[in-house]
Amino acid sequence: MTSLSYAAPTSVDDAVKLLAGASGLAKVLAGGTDLLVQMRSGRVKPDLIVDTKKIPGLIGIREENGGFVVGASTAGAVVEAHAGMTKAWPGVVEALDLIGSTQVQGRCSLAGNLCNASPAADSVPALYAAAAIAVVVGPKGRREVPVEQIPTGPGRTSLAKDEFILEFKFPPRPARSSDAYLRFIPRTEMDIAVVGCGISVTLDANGVCTAARVSLGAVAPTVLLVKAAADVLVGHTLDADTLAKLDAAAQAACKPISDKRGTIEYRTKIAGVLARRVAAIAFDRAAGKSSGKAH
Amino acid sequence: MARQHVTATINGEETDFLCETQQTLLDTLRDVVGLTGSKEGCASGDCGACSIIMDGRLVCSCLVLGVEAEGSTITTIEGIADGEKLHPIQQKFLEHAALQCGFCTPGLIVATKALLDENPNPTETETRYWLAGNLCRCTGYDKIIRAVMDAAAVMRGETV
Repeated sequence: MTSLSYAAPTSVDDAVKLLAGASGLAKVLAGGTDLLVQMRSGRVKPDLIVDTKKIPGLIGIREENGGFVVGASTAGAVVEAHAGMTKAWPGVVEALDLIGSTQVQGRCSLAGNLCNASPAADSVPALYAAAAIAVVVGPKGRREVPVEQIPTGPGRTSLAKDEFILEFKFPPRPARSSDAYLRFIPRTEMDIAVVGCGISVTLDANGVCTAARVSLGAVAPTVLLVKAAADVLVGHTLDADTLAKLDAAAQAACKPISDKRGTIEYRTKIAGVLARRVAAIAFDRAAGKSSGKAH
Repeated sequence: MARQHVTATINGEETDFLCETQQTLLDTLRDVVGLTGSKEGCASGDCGACSIIMDGRLVCSCLVLGVEAEGSTITTIEGIADGEKLHPIQQKFLEHAALQCGFCTPGLIVATKALLDENPNPTETETRYWLAGNLCRCTGYDKIIRAVMDAAAVMRGETV
């Protein structure tokens, strides 16, 4: 029998104190859809679990300064059902809608997906593309961290032992802005990305891209924010030349491994193909030409 | 560490139980509360045999700790029928022979209940995606989908 302790603090201060004072391995619990599997397999053996779901603000979505703030432990299904998030960030919502099953989406959270730090996490490329900000709390108070600075390697984050994510800030959306996410898997549901791609764009009245962020999953030890791929979009419509350059820039950023899901060559090729498809969806959405799911 | 005391409303009844910290809600329901209808298939959230409705959300009870159930409202397969009267979903699973070994059936029926609570008129595609996390190795799913679509029609009052 292990000596596992569990606490469900009702304030940020109490949670930070529990994490700071833990003698062994302390794990932050949101939905538990990764943590419980890792505990079951013996890969992770925590001495303390700090459940964040009773802390005010950790669950829920609110509008603030023209943007949205999503509590770190909010279940994916709650975000998917939120009309404002679906309209402003369809790419983030469709990425959440690809995590596991309906059952998993009833528990899994953005913070969990980000901090589990899998390079193949579905919501993470969409979060990077969205330029979401993680509000991190710890003993020194709160600090705002761009989401792409949280994962540092497979299963590793930049958070200190006594820090956790309180909420995510999604910036206000200029006119003619939208996003999209696609992942490639050899079936239609319940699988892990061979490659994932999230793109967010803003267009001018003529359909020329004025701002872009491009992100790739499962092609490197962490999800990648690919500035070179975003740069080829800015100043252009999505013509054949721009698509070809985007494809090349996405492929050039890939540093994948070969494993049972795909070889290095295959993943690299797919990254370019997905970038083209995701860009087309994001541009169409931003131009008001299409709505509905990308997958 | 001492066992944890948890109070939850399970199938409409306020229920107290004691569980070990690391015990999943599935193990707690089965081994402590005595509700053995929810099944353990994979214990990793992939098969859906342990599906329950917790605070209005369909979840895998193998991916929830027993202690996390404190203060929650839970529906298990044991709470679907109205006493001896089968729920229309259960009735239609029988009529369509939507089961063979039956191991996945409690999870599928609970998942279907959650679907129809949220969307009384799902398309077949929506139904198939909703139930993608409930694995059945016997039926090939077709009879299950027919049972769900038929149950939904009955619950909307369209057929008997």
